[in-house]
Amino acid sequence: MLNITEVRETNEMIEQEKLDVRTITMGISLLDCAAADVDVVCENVYRKITEKARDLVKTGRGIERDFGIPIVNKRITVTPISLVGASSCKSPSDFVKIAHALDRAAKEVGVDLIGGYTALVSKSMTPAERMLIESLPKALSETDIVCSSVNVGSTKTGIDMDAVELLGRMVKDTAYATRDNDSYGCVKFVAFCNAPDDNPFMAGGFHGVTEGDVVVNVGVSGPGVVSRALDAAKGKDFEFLCETIKRTAFKITRVGQLVAQEASKRLGVPFGIIDLSLAPTAAVGDSVGEVLEKIGLEQVGAPGTTAALAMLNDQVKKGGIMASSYVGGLSGAFIPVSEDKNMIEAAKSGCLKIEKLEAMTCVCSVGLDMIAIPGETSAATISGMIADEAAIGMVNQKTTAVRVIPVYGKGVGEVANFGGLMGYAPIIPVNQTSCEAFVTRGGRIPAPIHSFKN
Amino acid sequence: MDKAVITVVGQDTVGIIARVCTYLSQHQVNVLDISQTIIDGFFNMMMIVDCDDLDEQFSDMVDGLESLGDEIGVRIRCQREEIFTKMHRV
Repeated sequence: MLNITEVRETNEMIEQEKLDVRTITMGISLLDCAAADVDVVCENVYRKITEKARDLVKTGRGIERDFGIPIVNKRITVTPISLVGASSCKSPSDFVKIAHALDRAAKEVGVDLIGGYTALVSKSMTPAERMLIESLPKALSETDIVCSSVNVGSTKTGIDMDAVELLGRMVKDTAYATRDNDSYGCVKFVAFCNAPDDNPFMAGGFHGVTEGDVVVNVGVSGPGVVSRALDAAKGKDFEFLCETIKRTAFKITRVGQLVAQEASKRLGVPFGIIDLSLAPTAAVGDSVGEVLEKIGLEQVGAPGTTAALAMLNDQVKKGGIMASSYVGGLSGAFIPVSEDKNMIEAAKSGCLKIEKLEAMTCVCSVGLDMIAIPGETSAATISGMIADEAAIGMVNQKTTAVRVIPVYGKGVGEVANFGGLMGYAPIIPVNQTSCEAFVTRGGRIPAPIHSFKN
Repeated sequence: MDKAVITVVGQDTVGIIARVCTYLSQHQVNVLDISQTIIDGFFNMMMIVDCDDLDEQFSDMVDGLESLGDEIGVRIRCQREEIFTKMHRV
């Protein structure tokens, strides 16, 4: 039988430590929506999404009410649109039509975001994939809640540098196209290496071709809970610290597992995975940066930050893996700058620099995330950043990503405001030494030697 | 058995348990366990109840108890039991 202490502990996590289920994400395959005519594709896409996700938001709210656990976002991921539109799209503007269909369908069912305006080009681009990438500035500036990602490399294939070079230009064009809104379009785009097929988080979520027709994935979040638990570990050794993080991660993930199973049952859709990530928000007490500081750093970015993050990431995985039948997605500690109060403060004070952030991406679950950089940063420099990050992922057989926002018309020291979960960020300096000759060579970086395991 | 956990937190006054129990009996909800304590000067109560014969939607009971709490001046939450058992039991 439960006791009052356990009940209080759970409710304190929810009420005071900001434990929440960050997202219930429904993955929907759109492979059967392909047609020879783009208008027919748009109709098919709209019809399938509005039919399959009709009850998603209502079900999410019902679960929220019954269990007393906040479910912050309801989202949808779809099959990479470069595949869905390949047979019908003859130009980038044809792809933009599909982006509008996604936007309309997502708004109709009331979800917060829809992901999957995506191309997987880790070896090279088909004409359709190139067109989708070229459509990004228009698609991201003309739609509100469509998220996009491009997978530019993998451990097995190497890195497609043609795509990396093109993306640098597209990120700049997207920043310009959304210049009236602090270049918000770039917030909805991420470049990946080794992108997972079942990621419920945005902007990088899409419904991979390895997935079934419809699936429910859940992303949990609870940096505030971990942070509070670490108060008891002050001055204790690493064994005690690791044990505390593991136990907490287990509890957080169990809530996600419960919500996922319940959503699956109520919607009549199979349960896919739990993504057991520590996803922060810019609110006080919901910060991964704060967790790192409680581990023993004066501020994030100090020497020791990378080691502390490596340990945190590993303990989160170790604790969470026992709590769920299926773990997937990104699963680890997120380090988005604009969405984390302590990361924002560290970036503001100059303690956290982009080079340290890059080092941190070697051991965290994502990459350079939600970083505002000067608007005058060149396309080639952005391509160089994407290439560096993809190389880290490729060589270390892990997922890495880049979501940087070159805020048009703003420079170092100014602040970009993205609003809501996306938060705000001080613009931090980037090394502007040219890498143009490197990123414009053309072709691809070969797969590393340790990809040959056969 | 369809169980729920009801928690009541707030300033102690006369009749809190009576009013919550009256609501539950009116809706065919059977009380299985009650533990009550004073923490930091605040009244804290936890009830485990059986909702098998509940005569309204579960979410209606959640809302009904919340409104009752507003009337009394305490915070009443009603949650399905699984969120606690899943979290604290392997």
